[in-house]
Amino acid sequence: MTVLEQNLGRNTLPASPAPWRRRSRLQRVAATVLPLLRRPGFSLALLVVVFAWVAAVAPHVLSSFDPYATSPIDKLRAPNLIHWFGTDELGRDLYTRVVHGAGLSVLAAFLAVGIALLGGLGLGILSGFAGGRIDAVIMRFVDVLLALPGLLLALAIVTAIGFGTVPVAIAVGIGIIPGFARTTRAEVLRVKTLPYVEAARLGGASWGRTLLRHILPNAWGPVAVLATLDFGAAILATAGLSFLGFGAAPPAAEWGTLIANGRHFLITAPWVSLLPGLFLVAVVFSLNHIARTFEEIQR
Amino acid sequence: MSVLVDVRQLSVSYRHGHTAVNRLSLNIAQGETVAIVGESGSGKSTLANAILGLLPDSAQITAGQLWVDSHDLTHASERQKRALRGRTIGLVPQDPTVSLNPTLRVGQQIAEALILARGKRYPGVDADIVELLQQVGIDTPVLRARQHPHELSGGMRQRVLIAIALAGNPRLIIADEPTSALDVTVQRKILDHLQRLVSERGISLLIITHDLGVAADRADRILVMQHGEVVEQGTPGRILGAPQHDYTRALIAAAPAFAKRREPLPRIDSTQAPILSLKNVGKTFALPKVKGEESTFVALEDLNLQVYPGQTLAIVGESGSGKSTALRIALGLEKPTQGQVWFEQQDVTHLNWRDFRPLRQRLQLVQQNPFAALDPRFTVFDSIVEPLVSFGRLKGAALEQAARELINRVHLPVSYLDRLPRELSGGQCQRVAIARALALKPDLLLLDEPVSALDVSVQARILELLEELQREMGIAYVLVSHDLSVVANFAHEVLVLRNGRVIEHGSVERIFSHPGCEYTRELIAAIPGRHVTTQAA
Amino acid sequence: MSRYLIGRIGQALLVLWGAYSITYFILYLLPGDTLSIMLSASGMEADALSVEDLAKARAYYGLDKGLFEQYVDLLLGALRGDFGQSLSLNRPVAELLAERLPQTLSLAGLAIVLSLLGGIGLAYLTAYIRWQPLKTALARLPSLGFSVPVFWMGLLLIQVFAFGLGWFPATGSRGLESLVLPAVTLAIPSAAVYAQVLQRSFQGVWKESYITTAYAKGLSRGQVQARHGFKNAALPILTLIGLQVGNTVSGAVLVETIFARSGIGRLAQEAVLRQDIPVVLAIVSVSAAAFVLVNLLVDLLYPWFDPRISHIPKVS
Repeated sequence: MTVLEQNLGRNTLPASPAPWRRRSRLQRVAATVLPLLRRPGFSLALLVVVFAWVAAVAPHVLSSFDPYATSPIDKLRAPNLIHWFGTDELGRDLYTRVVHGAGLSVLAAFLAVGIALLGGLGLGILSGFAGGRIDAVIMRFVDVLLALPGLLLALAIVTAIGFGTVPVAIAVGIGIIPGFARTTRAEVLRVKTLPYVEAARLGGASWGRTLLRHILPNAWGPVAVLATLDFGAAILATAGLSFLGFGAAPPAAEWGTLIANGRHFLITAPWVSLLPGLFLVAVVFSLNHIARTFEEIQR
Repeated sequence: MSVLVDVRQLSVSYRHGHTAVNRLSLNIAQGETVAIVGESGSGKSTLANAILGLLPDSAQITAGQLWVDSHDLTHASERQKRALRGRTIGLVPQDPTVSLNPTLRVGQQIAEALILARGKRYPGVDADIVELLQQVGIDTPVLRARQHPHELSGGMRQRVLIAIALAGNPRLIIADEPTSALDVTVQRKILDHLQRLVSERGISLLIITHDLGVAADRADRILVMQHGEVVEQGTPGRILGAPQHDYTRALIAAAPAFAKRREPLPRIDSTQAPILSLKNVGKTFALPKVKGEESTFVALEDLNLQVYPGQTLAIVGESGSGKSTALRIALGLEKPTQGQVWFEQQDVTHLNWRDFRPLRQRLQLVQQNPFAALDPRFTVFDSIVEPLVSFGRLKGAALEQAARELINRVHLPVSYLDRLPRELSGGQCQRVAIARALALKPDLLLLDEPVSALDVSVQARILELLEELQREMGIAYVLVSHDLSVVANFAHEVLVLRNGRVIEHGSVERIFSHPGCEYTRELIAAIPGRHVTTQAA
Repeated sequence: MSRYLIGRIGQALLVLWGAYSITYFILYLLPGDTLSIMLSASGMEADALSVEDLAKARAYYGLDKGLFEQYVDLLLGALRGDFGQSLSLNRPVAELLAERLPQTLSLAGLAIVLSLLGGIGLAYLTAYIRWQPLKTALARLPSLGFSVPVFWMGLLLIQVFAFGLGWFPATGSRGLESLVLPAVTLAIPSAAVYAQVLQRSFQGVWKESYITTAYAKGLSRGQVQARHGFKNAALPILTLIGLQVGNTVSGAVLVETIFARSGIGRLAQEAVLRQDIPVVLAIVSVSAAAFVLVNLLVDLLYPWFDPRISHIPKVS
């Protein structure tokens, strides 16, 4: 032992003059994220998502109109400088209604993805980690969920527990659980057999430590990408359900409801349904783009 | 002899500014065998692709000329280059296991090459396929032609690839790293076969390899490449006998096959009790039940070995010999079906993970692929100290101090502690993995092919480091390797495994000077470079 | 092989049974009062009825039996093809389904064909083109494809091709002409998924070593892509086709509503609005059956496309 320490001591003496200190995690994260902002596409996508986020949290910042104030003289105006997206059949400012609709739509998407993450991650990790019979049972259950078309499952849930934003969000969330469970399981299984996991185990790490420090962080990437993608998908699905008339009760309006209302005026005033839809497309496309960028830098 | 390939002052650059080949000149005469030797990143593969006219979109020829069969490839259209491929130049690609289309039958893939060479479908194509398969040494050609690649062994797939290369009656065959993917004895037979076919037909052969030994055994002329330039060329005898360039000398020094057999390693008192013993260990695996096949597979049978403190035992064998299974049993990752594993005076055969855990501080593993052995999200610091953290040995400043000591031990700069594995080279990764294995100050290190994924010169340095650590810290090693040449100067004792059985066991001097059985002799003969060195001797 | 087949069919039936059971659970056990939902669906108010009438109604809907008994009755009925009576339309559910199914099948069928053609075509083109700006643009297209809500795309197509250009009728379910716009609308998201997966798959395959082997034989880029690239790259699509059945059915609900086509999807939307529980249960079950069937077929066909897969039991 003493010989060893002497050897070590001798070797440390001519170490570099500047004492080495550990870099913080924040510094490393910043080093990977900041260069991304220089890509114009990524920044633009981020901007759109931030805009939707602000609209959801504090819609008054983005528009001074009242979303519910009707004005029959101004009905069905084409987009102009005052009414950016035009007005609807009751003369309400459409841009304002889109901004205020963000609250419900984003909330629904958050709820849905939250449910899917909780359920999907839980099932996936348990399944991938436990293996054997537990894995078989969980995967059969996931197969069953997968066999139920998402929207129809949501319709069944809505039939049972009633209409409204929250039931719709729950329904959509349950619909995307199987995707999460499968991806998580596949990733856990992949990472579990990698040499560095074996090395950690041989280095005396407990299963809990291995799971938290090695397997989950390395399995997380594809799951996070899927979550971002599914956030967009959840927005689309809730919009679809409210388009069918199962969403929030009027006069509150989600994005899907706005588009649904507008379709009665498609010939005379196409913007009433097309512009809110375009906004929706922009938000979802941005989310997809962000997810894709993250996926690319992971590779 | 006419000149078939004439490369003059050729430069190839990639779009991001890296010059892979720099003002390189080379010519290959008809019927000549030329070898290009270089380590990864030397530009040898880029050169091969340039001759084939298959440079990726991101690379382009920036200067010089490239003549193949008196066609100027630097200005040739895609159509002209295509006419040369297959019919003038054939390729035997690097890894036979992934170089055949998995969804097409073997025969179809050969037929494609034949039909292309003849320009159209012709009636005798089936007969030609069978004949080609026969020529490359495949026993049941009619059956094999109807099979898919996954039904063939790696060696057979390599032969099929040779058949494809020969199908167009080319004048030059490029063999890209022909020794890297298969077992040595298999590879040797296939290369011999290829060389015979080539010389019978007067085809030129260009061998691209990292292994100076392979080049010396087979080529008429060797070119040594470094950083995109040819640093030296000449006949094998000249290159090995009187190397001019420092890099060539370094390569020769590093290649275990050319290293002088040195004095037997000093033996530490072997009256000591062994630190690890395997007693009559056997392992059988259950196979899925398929009618008419045996339902068990014997991976290991009646294995006995002892490892003494401060000494190195090498387990040598080809793939499927059971050497990895033996290692996993010693580590407690697998339970043997028969026999016992003793660690010093303790029977550890049936210890569960929890009871085995304290022993892990004295018994560590260094894995084969250094890139995969490190968590990509862990900095070098995190990786090195992880065992210390897992066992709760050190914290805070003491931990950082330990990390500094460990990284010094493996001769890496302290500043590397902040790096991530992707910022390191293969050799550096392996040093980090070794540092991690040393963290708990073990008495025994199990080395699973620790250098097989590395360049030759890096291999030599890692082996030096391991030797130094053994000298200074008195660690015992179990080295698992497929490569006898690595073992030759590193181990005290050697154990040769084949199909799960020990076929030879003894001191390294005895095995090399008087190998006891035919298989060992074959293994020794298969070490590239033996041919030349024995001639010179 | 035959053992595998039996096992695989058994597994499919198990999944189908599970799907039916989950839907039953959601529709019959989740709501606080199934009876009042059912009564309101048939146009009666639970509050307005006397206690005796309520008991009669309960018996009529089969809600007076034990939960397990109800479940078994419904399941046995469903196995015989009897899905009970629609509450709001007062007709057997099976009859309704039989009436609407052809509409949806033709729509879904055409949409699947279009999505495969479009998706594979786009990806094939992306892989073949070498001019980087166009390649990048094409690679981004699928991402846009599944960012667009189906219902909005439907409205846009109506606006442009029905109202603007007048090429196709805006709504209705008569003739082939009325099928074009809905089928295109329904095909776009699936096509985007196929295209994206195939594009990535091609990216991977181009790096494979056997592609180099093929080039070295002297094959042209087009030949290499067609003979060696495509089949290997397209294998993942096969599994995907099975999984996309669910999305197609989901999309059909929206598309049929927008284009006012009387198919299963529209029926589902109406049934949910009226809380017609037996109809919803039947539609979900039929869709699950379609999903299970298609995936079973894909699984059985897979070895035919990929010789490496054989139905020999895997090593556990």
